[in-house]
Amino acid sequence: MLAINGLRASAGDNEILRGITLQVRAGEVHAIMGPNGSGKSTLAQVLAGHPAYTVTAGSATLDGQDLLELEPEERAQAGVFLAFQYPVEIAGVTNAYFLRAAYNALRKVRGQEELDPIDFLDLLEAKLKLVGWGPEIMQRAVNSGFSGGEKKRNEILQMAILEPKLAILDETDSGLDIDALRIVADGVNALRRPDRATILVTHYQRLLNFIVPDYVHVLVDGQIVKSGGKELALELEARGYEWLTGMPETASA
Amino acid sequence: MGSPVESLVNREYKWGFVTDIEADSVPPGLSEDHVRLISAKKGEPEFMLDWRLKAYRGWLKMSEPHWPNVSYPAIDYQRIIYYSAPKTQKPLGSLDEADPKLLETYQKLGIPLTEQKILAGVAVDAIFDSVSVGTSYKKQLAELGIIFCSFSEAVQEHPELVRRYLGSVVPASDNFFAALNSAVFSDGSFVYVPKGVRCPMDLSTYFRINAQNTGQFERTLIIADEGATVSYLEGCTAPKRDENQLHAAVVELIALDGATIKYSTVQNWYAGDEEGRGGIYNFVTKRGKASRGAKISWTQVETGSAITWKYPSVILQGDDSVGEFYSVAVVNGRQQADTGTKMIHMGRNTRSTIVSKGISAGRGNNSYRGLVKVLPRAAGARNYTQCDSMLIGNRCGANTFPYIDVQNPSASVEHEASTSKIGEDQIFYCKQRGLNTENAISMIVNGFCKEVFKELPMEFAVEAQKLLGVSLEGSVG
Repeated sequence: MLAINGLRASAGDNEILRGITLQVRAGEVHAIMGPNGSGKSTLAQVLAGHPAYTVTAGSATLDGQDLLELEPEERAQAGVFLAFQYPVEIAGVTNAYFLRAAYNALRKVRGQEELDPIDFLDLLEAKLKLVGWGPEIMQRAVNSGFSGGEKKRNEILQMAILEPKLAILDETDSGLDIDALRIVADGVNALRRPDRATILVTHYQRLLNFIVPDYVHVLVDGQIVKSGGKELALELEARGYEWLTGMPETASA
Repeated sequence: MGSPVESLVNREYKWGFVTDIEADSVPPGLSEDHVRLISAKKGEPEFMLDWRLKAYRGWLKMSEPHWPNVSYPAIDYQRIIYYSAPKTQKPLGSLDEADPKLLETYQKLGIPLTEQKILAGVAVDAIFDSVSVGTSYKKQLAELGIIFCSFSEAVQEHPELVRRYLGSVVPASDNFFAALNSAVFSDGSFVYVPKGVRCPMDLSTYFRINAQNTGQFERTLIIADEGATVSYLEGCTAPKRDENQLHAAVVELIALDGATIKYSTVQNWYAGDEEGRGGIYNFVTKRGKASRGAKISWTQVETGSAITWKYPSVILQGDDSVGEFYSVAVVNGRQQADTGTKMIHMGRNTRSTIVSKGISAGRGNNSYRGLVKVLPRAAGARNYTQCDSMLIGNRCGANTFPYIDVQNPSASVEHEASTSKIGEDQIFYCKQRGLNTENAISMIVNGFCKEVFKELPMEFAVEAQKLLGVSLEGSVG
């Protein structure tokens, strides 16, 4: 489904990704782990098309389609979803309005009719249950005044509604307490399907207790230095990243 | 890769056409003779000429204000043509008699002058340069005793009302531009709603500046008698010219005991090009006086003009009166705006609400300037002010100048202010969800302005949203 080959990317003069190669097949869950500053989040942002990064070499395709030449909204329309590490707030725009606009933008591209607010509400109700929310959240402005945990849950809700082919979760577990973590993980697991794939970007093994990955990759200094099965995550938990980076990790979350 | 939050504007002014109609103008310049000539051309009674001359003599002693946070080259008041009217000057019985070219202009502007649009419930008094050319719906309104006509007509038909109220809220000596307007104003709109009458439709005026080097000095006077209610809409556009045009209008609202006046403006005067050449100088004085239990509400959406200088205000004279000001001001390109309001609390338990949303893009500079004054007698007065600024890009500016003067200890005055920035991250977030840049900006900006838009009459709100989209098109990405 997703094929990344020799991908290099920079922010300004600073090269962050130094040749990433990765294959993700339909139905798989891949975890990308690594110390702070290794380029994990940059990889997620580059795949989604964030304008702050310039791709200098390599390729990334989704079902054969060149992602790198697409605008961010075209990538979204092609089925790429990024759950943000820091979801932004949009004052005065209700969650319901925002979600419906996004949902209809995708439907339009697929040549489907747009849903009116009433029909959309039906769809919403089912998805809200997935994240354990009532309908009142939909009348609040997008992420405005949301707690950290609520913002992350809102990302999962959006993902549930937009039903992407490829979901990329960027540190969705950071800042969550154990209950919120479980809700988020349940949401992700409920969306696992043979025709979809998920990439989890995470610093900690904790999330992987709830969402069991098929593959784990360790990113250090912009390169994948080690790949393995889910047991690799446990090994990292036990030994830290030091044995892969050759230096002690600076203490910060 | 260039930052998407970078360029602004790049947008053709859609309303920049010029209508080729012969105009009957007074030679440029300003003197007592000019004032007399204007008054004579309009066949005004003597009290009007005296009023104008007094204003003119007062103006000679005044100097142009330079305290607003705007800059522009000196205006040569002797180069301006103070009166310009389309030449086919016979009284018009109906719209069918109007110059087809004029009607075509209105059609391009999308003014609801046609029968079809009239059915939609909007009565329009259109001002073309300085003379009002057609008024619709007058008869139906007349049955309720509502007077809605051009100012010149009011001077002829209802001199007692004009004489009683003209200058009663904005005296000719009020400020430099109000004095200038008082001396040379050529036309405008007049509304009178009798006691206890609720005007059944929104009244609307569409202003347009056509002739070159013309200043438009219109004057609007709205009187809502005791217990009356009226909603008034004002829309403005001007053709594209390389030279700056001066627009110095005066609007006076009088809400007698228990009356309600709602005044909504969507202003889209030509803003000048990207380098700041041309565009309208919009130096306007708007003020209302609310008697006991009366309410005056100003709502404005300002997207045009090279420079905007206006502070729609309310004098809360009577006990329990209410004043409101809801504003969206957008500057883009090289536009400058210094706008806000004044709420003067004189009566007891008077209340005022101010919601101001300033959007700055391109190299625009937006200043909010507001005064909340509570006089010693105004026990229990309350004010709430919310003042938000949004910046798009790195080269624009936003300022807030709130003045608060409270002279009664039982008053409560609240002021909240915020500044935010539409950033790449906000737009990227929307794009990642499948929305294109244009829709993303429009969604973010409309969300920002929501509290103001909901105050506009439905049709106007839709127009305002579109206008906002157009003014900011290309501002990001």
